[in-house]
Amino acid sequence: MFLAAARRTFIAIMPSIIEVKNLVKTFGDFTAVNDVSFDVQKGEIFAFLGPNGAGKTTTIKMLTTLLKPTSGEIFLDGKNIIHDQDAARRSFGIVFQDPSLDDELTAWENMEFHGVLYHVPKAMRRKRIEELMNFVELWDRKDALVKTFSGGMKRRLEIARGLLHHPKVLFLDEPTTGLDPQTRNHVWSYIENLNKEEGVTVFFTTHYIEEAERAATRVAIMDHGVIVDRGTSDELKQQTDSSSLEDAFIKLTGRDLRKESAGADAMRTHAKVWGRR
Amino acid sequence: MSTIYILWLRQLKRYVRSKARMIGSIGQPLLFLVALGYGFGPIYQKAGGGNYIQFLAPGVIAMGILFTAMFMGIEITWDKQFGFLKETLVAPVSRMSIMIGRTLGGATVALAQGVVIFLIALAIGFHPQFNFLWVVFIFMLLISMLFTGIGTAIASLIDDMQAFPLIMNFLVMPTFFLSGALFPLEGLPPVITLIAKSDPLSYGIDGMRGALTGVTAFGFFTDFAVLAAITVVVLAIGAYLFSRIEI
Repeated sequence: MFLAAARRTFIAIMPSIIEVKNLVKTFGDFTAVNDVSFDVQKGEIFAFLGPNGAGKTTTIKMLTTLLKPTSGEIFLDGKNIIHDQDAARRSFGIVFQDPSLDDELTAWENMEFHGVLYHVPKAMRRKRIEELMNFVELWDRKDALVKTFSGGMKRRLEIARGLLHHPKVLFLDEPTTGLDPQTRNHVWSYIENLNKEEGVTVFFTTHYIEEAERAATRVAIMDHGVIVDRGTSDELKQQTDSSSLEDAFIKLTGRDLRKESAGADAMRTHAKVWGRR
Repeated sequence: MSTIYILWLRQLKRYVRSKARMIGSIGQPLLFLVALGYGFGPIYQKAGGGNYIQFLAPGVIAMGILFTAMFMGIEITWDKQFGFLKETLVAPVSRMSIMIGRTLGGATVALAQGVVIFLIALAIGFHPQFNFLWVVFIFMLLISMLFTGIGTAIASLIDDMQAFPLIMNFLVMPTFFLSGALFPLEGLPPVITLIAKSDPLSYGIDGMRGALTGVTAFGFFTDFAVLAAITVVVLAIGAYLFSRIEI
């Protein structure tokens, strides 16, 4: 209780590094993100949770300049990213939900390519590539083409690549999906350390709710394009009278299954058929 | 600068590693040279045109460049589908430099392809004059840049490779067949002449043919001016469309 209060005070005096105001994204007549506002303070580990199709990835795509919002404003490190995309891109790094490696290049070449694109000086780049590839246990496979890798190895390489440059904000879109518990733990220790040592703000989504409970300073829960609740993990548990964040999550978002990227009509039909429990 | 270099290098590495693609893209021009070159040779000779291989070779070299360049440009669509494009688009570098790096990479590969076909043509019996090779090189480079640029522009607009056959049949093939690659542009029906004259590849092939065999239909200056102008415009359009890609 005391910790939560102290954390809140601490957060209140820190400046925001991500500011989202009335963000809307529509595809045709389907509203993926509906008037979402939130802010993330410098140095936070912010968890962005929600069922499939809630609009998390669409939100992250807008935060990372890959999609233009229909309306609303986004400030990243004080810069309006809709008008100044190049400046915004200098302040963040991202690990995507879907694969984004070049299969025809070797693991090492993928890392090197990323390091050059992100202007990591050569000596530091070479050192970190070796460190990180050792960290995800891929150094002995550094000269193998990525297309020969298993799904888990690709995921690990992708995470290592995302950590190669140390940005002000690190976006992680379901970073640990498909990894075994050992690797997940390992990766999270590294991320928490990066947050502590270098003050990197972390913004992540996950379906492993216990990861959010463990690592996040604050949590926002999104569903059907809107943020349904937010606060510290303890606050959400209290509000919903739950023993774990996962229970709180299910209470807040319902038990019905979601179709990923289903249109509004499909969602509505779905809701009718299955009903809300 | 380092961004342009690394993107250029990536295109080259991918190409060199894909042996099947390298061999495959040489097959078609080789077939054209042998089948058409030897097949139509006697008739062309009888009609008073001289040695058909001499006429055909510059066209087939340009064809190899055209196909490879278009493919290298459209390859962005693959990167969109396989996710790698996201990795480059969120990086703290301008989209302009990404576009330039990719286009230069694609154009370099296409140019190399053209050189290989040139060597094959020599082996098959093409006897060009060698004193204007630098002019030939400039035209080959322009053709490479132009069509990589067109490929990039198209790839920026489409979401998957399903449109690829459409582009092959309605853009690449007509560009090739109606360019004067296979037949002289003199004495044609007016409609064909008009189409050929609005086909930028015609000017590229004419310039190459002029430098290699001493015969040009439009004149070097026109060839160069038209080709260079269209290339600049296409690259500008390509850069604009590329900068607007959303994923």
